[in-house]
Amino acid sequence: MESYGDLVAADDVLLFVNAAITATGQREFHTDAGTQRLSLDFLHAYMLGNYRDLYAGVLALDINDHNAALIVRRLLETSGEATVEQRRGEGRLIAGRLALLPPQRVYGLFRALRRAGVNNRRTRALLRDWLAARPDLAFDAVKYRSGLKQALRHAHLSPGDGELGTFLFAPLSRAHYDTPILETWRRAHYEQAALYELPYTVAEGFAAKHGIARGVFLERIAPRLTRLETLRLQETAERRGVADSVRADLARMPLTRLAGYVLSLPAAERVERREELTGALRAAAVRVAGAHRGTWGRVTAVLDDSFSSYGSGVKRRRPLAVALACHYLLEALADRYTGLWTSGRRDALLAHPVGPTPLGERILDALETAPDRLVIVSDGWDNAPPGLAAEVLRVWRTRLDPERRTSAVHLNPVYDADDFDVRRLAPSVPTAGVRDAEDLPALVEIAQFAEGRTGLAELTAYLDARAERLTAAPGQRAAAGGAR
Amino acid sequence: MTSYSKVHAPADLFDGLRTRPSQVWGAVRLVPLVRAEPVEDLRLHPRIHPGPGVVDLGRKGSYCSYIPHSFVAEWTGDGSPAAAYGTQLAEDRPGQEPVAAVGLHFHRRMARQEARRRLRFLPLHLALEGYLALHFGGPTIAWEEWSRQAVRQGLSPRVEAAYLGLQVPGLADALSVFEIHPGQCGVLVYLADALAAAFVVPHPEDYRTLHPTLVQDLYGDLVHHYATLMPPVSDFRAHIAGTGVRSLGELRAAAAEQTDRWAEFHDTTMAAGLVEQESVWQPVRRMGRFTLSRFLPEFRPKQDNHIGEAIVDEHGRTVYLKTFRLSENQVRRGFLLSRLAAHDWHLADTAAEFGIDSAALALRLETAGFGHLLRQRR
Repeated sequence: MESYGDLVAADDVLLFVNAAITATGQREFHTDAGTQRLSLDFLHAYMLGNYRDLYAGVLALDINDHNAALIVRRLLETSGEATVEQRRGEGRLIAGRLALLPPQRVYGLFRALRRAGVNNRRTRALLRDWLAARPDLAFDAVKYRSGLKQALRHAHLSPGDGELGTFLFAPLSRAHYDTPILETWRRAHYEQAALYELPYTVAEGFAAKHGIARGVFLERIAPRLTRLETLRLQETAERRGVADSVRADLARMPLTRLAGYVLSLPAAERVERREELTGALRAAAVRVAGAHRGTWGRVTAVLDDSFSSYGSGVKRRRPLAVALACHYLLEALADRYTGLWTSGRRDALLAHPVGPTPLGERILDALETAPDRLVIVSDGWDNAPPGLAAEVLRVWRTRLDPERRTSAVHLNPVYDADDFDVRRLAPSVPTAGVRDAEDLPALVEIAQFAEGRTGLAELTAYLDARAERLTAAPGQRAAAGGAR
Repeated sequence: MTSYSKVHAPADLFDGLRTRPSQVWGAVRLVPLVRAEPVEDLRLHPRIHPGPGVVDLGRKGSYCSYIPHSFVAEWTGDGSPAAAYGTQLAEDRPGQEPVAAVGLHFHRRMARQEARRRLRFLPLHLALEGYLALHFGGPTIAWEEWSRQAVRQGLSPRVEAAYLGLQVPGLADALSVFEIHPGQCGVLVYLADALAAAFVVPHPEDYRTLHPTLVQDLYGDLVHHYATLMPPVSDFRAHIAGTGVRSLGELRAAAAEQTDRWAEFHDTTMAAGLVEQESVWQPVRRMGRFTLSRFLPEFRPKQDNHIGEAIVDEHGRTVYLKTFRLSENQVRRGFLLSRLAAHDWHLADTAAEFGIDSAALALRLETAGFGHLLRQRR
């Protein structure tokens, strides 16, 4: 028999996981950045104070990088409060997670630790190990120059061979470097051709210094671009007339990023490139679905393309991009798939954030298709009329489908700062936060915990299993997501 | 001067408009009004919004345009900004007839902003002065008590306090997170569930153009107090009992009933203050099948009182509507003025109606802020 406290703990952890997946401390449609950050900070402090072990355990889940960095920072800041075993476990989790984070995030984290004056032995050891595991420190020294410099200075580390130290702390004092990339960097100060061998972000500065035209620069730097940089520069290249050399292979892009890119295009262009874009989205979805392809039976999705799915100026069309990505992913996962947009739109490729959110009506339409699974992707602001979705789902569950022929799950891409959670539709339907559509299969796994009253023991077991996976196979996820 | 007479107040102010579920943000409730069929032959003046005017010119006389009160644009044609004085109806050919406008003098910086062709309304104080001057004439019979100024210039200019929409807490946020319905042609703005303003246009595209300008509109001080002091209002959430539901079809019917019940509740209860208020209408201009009118309430103290302008078509359907809720003080003043007007501005007769003598009435007028209208007696 579980105590009341355990149930509360399980609830709190699920709530925190939802927040850690969705919240990025940025402005959302309904709340500004300050409110989001304040709300998230409180949640982190609450979790750390009450459930330190579970708080660390969340690092093993698919939470977003912003929250992973926040958790690591708070754990390191409060090292003194942890017992010896706790510290050992946390250390393994943190090291495993740092290996998955993109390097700029980790350097940002080190900078935050430095600002906060956190310089305990544990922090220094983690820093040292992470730097030792970097594949090419000279490359980092060029691309993340100030980050690496501050990290070394903060942890009192010596940068290995003499050249790297000179490069970081007195860069132009040498007439020649033996390491090729450092030498290229030195030459790029004087020689235009050299800068095209540097990473894009560094070369951009040199290009400005030498006054190189943007079009010429983009054309020649194209081979050095990372995958996401290429995607980001598509439209610029188009405008500069060098689209051919900066051509992204859309089919290789991560699904949600690709959806975001498609939504950034004007409708006329989407129609023109329909074949190409649909093909790329389908290919990406099939890649994510992998072995699960076609195993989900009859699936119906209710996808929110109301005006609020615009997100905000800093997260432009993010909720809509997630919905669009889910549309293609579910199509790949399902045996027979129906996608219903709240606006009544038929053509997913032309999705556009506009109009109210008549979720209740659309859920009724979805239930009429008699699906095995009902997936709702929405920010949960059901407003036409308010609360109808909850009533429909409740009556459906209690009166029309008490034996649960249809399983329903609600995925919410937006953190609601006022509730410290993602907005829920109905108590009878589990709600999970979603950041990337790619995590959908794993999220449905977590959502089942939220369906009934989950025991703390099961949840802890799940977290432990995920922690095992994280510490056993570092770098596995890095290969799957983005240019890292 | 303008005189008001009881002319065909439309039987149903919101005829042809369907009420859709409200959206709540803090103390602000916005109720969208949707038109099944948009009115095509009355559109925003082409200077504000390049509507169908250019295309439709072939069908001569089939298209009128309107300009909302105090809308700032280049009305005069010489490039200087001016504000429309009162809502206006115009012929189909832009530029043919001059728009009644008040020229505005801006600092250089503001004139530059104007050049960006952004939609906006007149600065606050000018707009409201104009509004009230439009509605109130002066004494029609020069009884000796009235000062020369009152007889010659009417009650204008009267300065009334009002708040810019941007100053009403939460209103700007509520409007920016509001999700516009397809076919939406109007909105009712409630603050703490008191009707603050009604706004109806003929065509959804016009609405889309004018929606952001609602924050630059005027709201009475009552509205401002409600927005500042009242706690957030709650949603009217749907509720389905579920006991009789045996199939999806029945569930759908129950859901539809919820929407209908909200619309009915809103129209008969929440909007009752505006819909059922006794008002006097003054037709200002007739053009084609449209009539532009201004209306004044009967000034009932301690109740909703809305003044406004409306364009109705030949069937009496409202195609354009804009109202302003008067504050309690304004209602009291309006009440005094309307009683005076009813007695042909005769002080003693009016005082007799109130059961006081004319000195007491004069005092009351003075405390209401009309002292300058009365001639000083030795």
